Amino acid sequence: MGLRLPSKVLEHILSFIDSNEDRNSVSLVCKSWFETERKTRKRVFVGNCYAVSPAAVAKRFPEMRSLTLKGKPHFADYNLVPDGWGGYAWPWIEAMAAKCPSLEEIRLKRMVVTDECLEKIAASFKDFEVLVLTSCEGFSTDGIAAIAATCRNLRVLELRECIVEDLGGDWLSYFPETSTSLVSLDFSCLDSEVKISDLERLVSRSPNLKSLKLNPAVTLDGLVSLLRRAPQLTELGTGSFAAQLKPEAFSKLSEAFSNCKQLQSLSGLWDVLPEYLPALYSVCPGLTSLNLSYATVRMPDLVELLRRCSKLQKLWVMDLIEDKGLEAVASYCKELQELRVFPSAPDLDEANIPLTEQGLVFVSKGCRKLESVLYFCVQFTNAALLTIARKRPNLKCFRLCVIEPFAPDYKTNEPLDKGFKAIAEGCKDLRRLSVSGLLSDKAFKYIGKHAKKVRMLSIAFAGDSDLMLHHLLSGCESLKKLEIRDCPFGDTALLEHAAKLETMRSLWMSSCFVSFGACKILSQKMPRLNVEVIDEHPPETRPESSPVERIYIYRTVAGPRMDTPEFVWTIHKNPEIGVSHLAIK
Amino acid sequence: MSYRLLSVDKEEPGLKERNYLGLSDCSSVDSSTIPNVEKSNLNFKATELRLGLPESQSPERETDFGLLSPRTLDEKLLFPLLPCKDNASATTGHKNVVSGNKRGFADTWDEFSGVKGSVRPGGINMMLSPKVKDVPKSIQEERSHAKGGGLNNAPAAKAQVVGWPPIRSYRKNTMASSTSKNTDEVDGKPGLGALFVKVSMDGAPYLRKVDLRTYTSYQQLSSALEKMFSCFTLGQYGLHGAQGRERMSEIKLKDLLHGSEFVLTYEDKDGDWMLVGDVPWEIFTETCQKLKIMKGSDSIGLAPGAVEKSKNKERV
Repeated sequence: MGLRLPSKVLEHILSFIDSNEDRNSVSLVCKSWFETERKTRKRVFVGNCYAVSPAAVAKRFPEMRSLTLKGKPHFADYNLVPDGWGGYAWPWIEAMAAKCPSLEEIRLKRMVVTDECLEKIAASFKDFEVLVLTSCEGFSTDGIAAIAATCRNLRVLELRECIVEDLGGDWLSYFPETSTSLVSLDFSCLDSEVKISDLERLVSRSPNLKSLKLNPAVTLDGLVSLLRRAPQLTELGTGSFAAQLKPEAFSKLSEAFSNCKQLQSLSGLWDVLPEYLPALYSVCPGLTSLNLSYATVRMPDLVELLRRCSKLQKLWVMDLIEDKGLEAVASYCKELQELRVFPSAPDLDEANIPLTEQGLVFVSKGCRKLESVLYFCVQFTNAALLTIARKRPNLKCFRLCVIEPFAPDYKTNEPLDKGFKAIAEGCKDLRRLSVSGLLSDKAFKYIGKHAKKVRMLSIAFAGDSDLMLHHLLSGCESLKKLEIRDCPFGDTALLEHAAKLETMRSLWMSSCFVSFGACKILSQKMPRLNVEVIDEHPPETRPESSPVERIYIYRTVAGPRMDTPEFVWTIHKNPEIGVSHLAIK
Repeated sequence: MSYRLLSVDKEEPGLKERNYLGLSDCSSVDSSTIPNVEKSNLNFKATELRLGLPESQSPERETDFGLLSPRTLDEKLLFPLLPCKDNASATTGHKNVVSGNKRGFADTWDEFSGVKGSVRPGGINMMLSPKVKDVPKSIQEERSHAKGGGLNNAPAAKAQVVGWPPIRSYRKNTMASSTSKNTDEVDGKPGLGALFVKVSMDGAPYLRKVDLRTYTSYQQLSSALEKMFSCFTLGQYGLHGAQGRERMSEIKLKDLLHGSEFVLTYEDKDGDWMLVGDVPWEIFTETCQKLKIMKGSDSIGLAPGAVEKSKNKERV
C-alpha cells in the first residue's frame, strides 16, 4: 500500500501549476489526481469547440472561471470556409450559464456569437469581468450594449477584428453612470461614430483604464481630449489621423502624447500623415509594441519614428518600410522579438515596393532576440533562408509568405527546399511554420525529419505528390494543426497515416486531390475523428474518385456534430451510403 | 476539359502531366497518368465553359455559399485567362528553366506584355472543382511571356485566387478603403502624372489598370479596353482543342459590346455605378474611380446618370 498525498496537499501543489498542458498531464496520473485537478482548474482552454461537448466541459470543471474557445479553422480568416459552416457560441454559453454561474471570463475566437449569446452572458454570470471576441461575427452593437449595461464588474471588453452589425454608437452610453471598473476597451473594428462626449465621460469615470483602442471614426480632436483624461494609458489604439494638419492641432496632439508617460503599446494610426509622426516621438522611447500595419507612411518618415524606439519588442508594419527601413530597425531596435511585415497592396498588381528577402536578413542578423516572424515578400532565396536560420536558431514562429505561388529561388531558380531545410534543422524550438514558394517533396522530407517541435504547419501551392504528406504525417512528432491548400497529394498518405490524425487537433485540406471515397473510408475507420467534406456540390452526386473541394478532419470525443449546414458532408448524415470498393493506390 | 499542369520532375526529366482535378480531358490524348479517373464519369455539363461570376450560374445549381460570392473584387473567385493566341505546344510547368527567363518558361506569347508572376491555374481553379472553367495553359503562357528582362512591363494585373495571399479580410477591407482614399489625393489632381483606375470585367480572372490621362475621348478608352479584354471573352465559346481555338480568335470584345452583351460602367466618387459615356470626358476623368465591364443583363437599371449601388459593394 503506497503513500497517497492528501488531496488538500495536492490541491495546494496544483495551485502553482497554471499551464493547461501540465495540468492535462497531471490528470492522467491516476483517478484521484484527475479528480483533484479537475476540481481546481480555473482556466479552461478548448482549442476546437467541436472536440468536446459543452456539457462535458462544464461537468468536468465546476470551478471554471475562465473559458477560451476557438471555432472555425484558421483558414476561415482567408475566406476558405464558407459562411454558415458552424462554430456557434450559443450551446457553450447556455451550458455554462446552467452549470458554471461563477464564470468570469469568456474568450472566443472565430466563432459565431449572436446578440442572444451576449444577452445570456450578461444575464447569467453575475461576476462577469472579461469578454474578448476575436474574429467573431453574428452580433450587433445591441449585444454589446447589453454587456455594458448589465455587467457591473466588467474589466475587459475587446472586439478584435470582428464583423459587427453596427447600429450606431449608443452602446457606449450603456455603461454604468457611476464609476466603471473598465481596464481595457477595444472597439477598433466598429464602423460608426460614437459620441465623443460619451467617450470622454466614460474615460473620466474609469480610473482603472489602461488600454483603449478607438475606432477610425474617432477624430484627432477626440483623441487629444481622451488622452488628456487618461494619461495613465499603457496601450492606445488611435482613431483616424486623416485630418488636415493645423499647427495648433499638432501641438495639442504632441502635448497630449507627451503626458502619457506610461504608454507602451501603440496601434491604429489609420491614414496617418507623415507630418503627424513627430507628435509621437515623445512616447517612442517607452514603446514595446508598435502596430503600424495600417499606416501608409513611407520611408524615411518610418525610420525617423523607429530609430527612437529602442525598447521595441513587437513591430507590425507594412512593406512600405522597405529593406532599408528594416536595416534601420536591425540597428536601432535591439530588443525586437516579433516582426510582422504585411503587403501594402493586397491586389498584387502594384508589387513594386523595394522590399526583398534582404530586409528580413538584416533583422535576423541585428535583432538577437527575434523569435517570431511573419513576412510577406514577392520572392525569396535559399541563401537568405540559410542566413536567417544560422543567425536566429532561437526562432519559435516562422511564417514566410512568398506572395507569388510556386516562386523558386529567384537567383538560382531552384526550389526553396534547401532554405526551409535549414530553418527546420537550425531552429530547434520552432513551434509554428508556414512555408511558401516553390517546394518539392524533398522540402517536406526535411521538415518531417527535423521540425520535431512544430505544432502548427501551414502549406500552400507546394509539393509534388503523396510523399509530401507522408513525410509530414510520419515525421513531425509534435504536429497538432496542419493546414494545406492547393497541393497535389491524394488519398494514399492520408489513409496510411490515419492514426496520426487522432494525435492532432485538426487537419485542413482544400483544393488537393483527396477523393470522396477516401473520406468515406477514413470516416468509417476512425470513429473518433469527425471528417467533414465541405463542398459546394454534394459529393454523393459525384463519382467516388472525384476530389473534394475541402476537407476538415478533427479529433473529437463529442461525436458527430448536429449543426452542420447543407454543404458539409459527414458520414453520420448518410450512414446508409456504404463505401464502394475502390482501388486506391 | 481538364485542367492540366505540366511540371518537370527532378527525378524524371521531361514534362509530366498532372491533372489537378482528376478529370479527363475530352480532347486530351493522355489521361493515363491520372489516377482514379473514370472517363465515363465525366460530367460534361459540369465542365462546360462559361463566363460570369460564380453566383450567376444556371438555375439548376444551388446558390453558392458565401465563399464564392464576391465580397470585394479581390475576393472574387476568378478563373484563369484563356489564351488569346493559338498556342500549340503544351505549356510549361513551373520548374522549367529555359531561355534566361527567370521564371523559366518555354513558350512566349506576345499578346500580353509581361505579367509578373501570376498565379498558377492549379491554384485558382481548385476552388471550382468540376465546375471548372477550362484553361490551364493561359497563366503559364502569360508568365512565359515575360521575355528577357521584362518581368513586368504593363501595369501587372494578377489573377486573383481566393484567400491568397493569406491576408485577413479585415485587413484587406481596411487597406482597400484607405488606398482608395490615397489615390484620390494623389491621382485626382489635374495635370499631375497618371490617373490610374482599375478595370474589371465580369468573368475575367483579373483586373487591369488604365491611365485615364492617356486618352482624350471615350472612343480611345473604348478601343483600348477592347484590346485589353478581347481575350477574356473567348472563353465563352468553349475550348475543344485546336479547332476551338481557331473559332475563338474570331470573336472580339467589340462584337460582344456592340451586340450589347456587355456594357462599360464606372463607379463615381459617391460610390455609385453609372453607365460610361453620359458626361463630358473631362468630368468623367475627374469622377471615375473604377471601371467595370458588366454583362448587359446586370446593368439593367443603370440608366444614364442613374444612381445605383454597385452589387459588389462591400457589406460589412
